[in-house]
Amino acid sequence: MINAADIINISLIGSTVRLATPLILASMGGLYSERAGIINIALEGIMLSGAFTGAAIAAKTGSPWLGLLAALLAGLLVAAIHAVACIKYRADQVVIGTAINILFLGVPALFSKAFFGSSGSTPQLELEQRIPNFLIYVAFLVVPLTYFVLFYTRFGLRLRMVGESPEAADTAGVNVEKMRYLAVLISGLLAAAAGAYLAIGQNSLFTRNMTAGRGYIALAALIFGNWHPVKTLLACLFFGLAEAVSIRMQGVVDIPNQFIQMVPYILTMVVLAGFIGRVHPPKAIGQPYVKERR
Amino acid sequence: MQRIVDALLFPLLAVISAFIVGAIIVLLVGDNPIRVYEIFFASAFGTVDGISYTLFYATPLICTGLAVAIAFRCGLLNIGAEGQLYVAAFAAAWVGFTLDTSKWIVIPLCMIAAMIAGGIWGGIPGLLKARFGSHEVINTIMMNFIAVGITSYLTQYHYRIAGDPILQTKPIFEQAHIPRMSAMLAPFGIAFPAWLPLNLGFLIAIVACIVVYIFLWKTKWGYELRAVGANPSAAEYGGINVSRSIVIAMCLSGALAGLVGINEVLGYRYRYYDGFSANYGFTGIAVALLGRNHPLGIFLAAILFGALVRGGLFINIFSDRVSKDLVVVLQAVIILFVACEAIFLFLQKRNTGGKS
Repeated sequence: MINAADIINISLIGSTVRLATPLILASMGGLYSERAGIINIALEGIMLSGAFTGAAIAAKTGSPWLGLLAALLAGLLVAAIHAVACIKYRADQVVIGTAINILFLGVPALFSKAFFGSSGSTPQLELEQRIPNFLIYVAFLVVPLTYFVLFYTRFGLRLRMVGESPEAADTAGVNVEKMRYLAVLISGLLAAAAGAYLAIGQNSLFTRNMTAGRGYIALAALIFGNWHPVKTLLACLFFGLAEAVSIRMQGVVDIPNQFIQMVPYILTMVVLAGFIGRVHPPKAIGQPYVKERR
Repeated sequence: MQRIVDALLFPLLAVISAFIVGAIIVLLVGDNPIRVYEIFFASAFGTVDGISYTLFYATPLICTGLAVAIAFRCGLLNIGAEGQLYVAAFAAAWVGFTLDTSKWIVIPLCMIAAMIAGGIWGGIPGLLKARFGSHEVINTIMMNFIAVGITSYLTQYHYRIAGDPILQTKPIFEQAHIPRMSAMLAPFGIAFPAWLPLNLGFLIAIVACIVVYIFLWKTKWGYELRAVGANPSAAEYGGINVSRSIVIAMCLSGALAGLVGINEVLGYRYRYYDGFSANYGFTGIAVALLGRNHPLGIFLAAILFGALVRGGLFINIFSDRVSKDLVVVLQAVIILFVACEAIFLFLQKRNTGGKS
C-alpha cells in the first residue's frame, strides 16, 4: 500500500533544495547572459566543464576549494569562447552554444582517460574532500543579489538596456560589447559553480555527462520564470521538487519515472506557447549588435 | 569557378583548423598527433571494410544533416533531430514487429511510419512557432527529452521481451529487414563481405539528397521556403504564406531525421534499441553547417564525420592516452570554426585587397 507520508515529509524539503541548487545557480547565470541579449544554450556545457575541472583538481590536490576555484576558472574560459564567438565574430548564438555542449561531452572523457586512466570519470573523493553545503548557501544568496543588481544598480540598468535596445544603450554612451562580455562571463562563473556543486558538493566524483540535461532544465526555468530572478527561483524549486518526488516514487508508486522526468519539458512548451500568461524575452536576444560607424 | 572555390574554402579552413586544435589536444594528453591521425585515416579509408564502415556511419548523418539544412534554409534551427529520429526509429520498429506480412508491404509501411513519426515530432515545434511565435530552438530541445522519455517508457514497459536485461524491443519480423550491401551486389556478381552493416539505407540517404535538392531549387514550395528563410517580411509581402512554409519546413526536417530509423532499425539492429543514437541529431548540425546547407556539401561533410566515427573507434584501441572522444571534440571545434567564419575573413580581405 502506498503511504503518502513516505513521499511527502519534511526531508522532501531538504532534497528539493539540494536538487534545485544546481538549477538555481545555472539559471541565474543564464539570466545575466540572456538579459544582456546573448542566448546561452551553452549552460549545459559550462556546467560539465565546471563539474569535471572541479572534481579533477580536487582529486589531484586533495582540496575541494582549489577544485572550486579551478571550476570557476574553467567556466570563465568556456564562457569567454562563447562570448568572443557571439560578440566579436557575430556567430549564431544557438549554434555556438550547441557546439560548446558537444565539446564538453568530449573534453572531460578525453582528459580523464589521459590523466586518470578511466574514460569518463574522475577518482572518488574522500568525504572531507567535498563541500556539501557551501554552494547551496551561495545559490540562495545569488538570487536576491541578482534581483538587487538587476533592478537597483546602474550596472543592472545598463545590462537590461543592452538586452532590450542596444542602439539606445549605445546612444546613451553604454559600451554594448563590454556589457555583453561581462554578462556572459558572469554566466560562466555561475554555471560552472552549478557544475562544481554536482561533482564535489552533491556527489564525490565526476561521471560522464553527469549534468544529464540540467543545463537545459535551468534554461527552461529561466523561460518559465520569465527572465525574472525571483520567478526563476520558484521555477527551479518546482523542478527540484518534481525531481525529488520522482526519486522517491521509484519502486513505491506505479507511475513510470519517465513521465515525471518529462514534466519540466512539457511545462516549458506550454508556457512558451502562451497558455499560461505571456513570456517576455529580452527584445534584442540573439541579435548581434553592429555598431554604426559615425 | 570562383563560386566553387568560395564554397569550399571556408569549410576546408574550418576542418584544417579543427585538426590542428585536435593535434594540440593530442600533444597535451601525451600522444603523437601524426601517429593518431595516421591510425585515423588508415582505418577510415585504407581498406574496403574501412570505407564501407565509414559510409555506414555517414548514413544517419546525411539524413540529420539534410534535416537541419532544410529547416535552416527556412530560417529555422532544428536542434530536435535527435528526438525526431528516436520517435521515428521506434515507429519503424513498432510496424516491423507488429505486421507479419509480405516484405513488399511491411518495408514501405515501416519507412512511411518512420517519416510520419519524425515529421509529426518536427511539425509540432513548427506549428507552435507559426501559431504562437514560440521559439523553435527551445521547443525542439524540450521535445528531444520528451521523445527520449516516451520511447524509453514504451520500450521498458510494453515492448521488451520479458527478462531481457537490455533496454530494447522485441525483434522485427524478418520480412521487414532491408537488404545489406552484400545481398544487393550479389546479383551483379560482386563479392562483398556479408558482415558489413552498410545497407539499403545508404542508398535511401543518397536519394534523399537528390530529392531535397530538387525540392528546394526546382519546386514552388521549395522556393517559398527559401524566400521565407532569406527574408520573412519580404516573403510575406510578396504573398508567401510564411506560417505554412515554417510548418512544411519543420515537418520535412523531422521526416528526414526519421530516415535514420530506417538505416538503424530495418538495416542494422532489426529492433529498437533504447538510446541508440550517438548524438546523430546534434552532429547533423555540424554536418549541415560544414556542408553549407547544400545536399552535395552535406553528403561530403557526412562522409568526413562518418570517417571520424570510424577512426575514433580505432584510436580508442591503438592509443592508451587518446580516446574516441577526440572525435566529439573535433566535431565541436569544426562547428565553432564554421560558425565563426569571420575568423577567416582576414584571409579574404587580403585577397580582394590584392586584386583591386
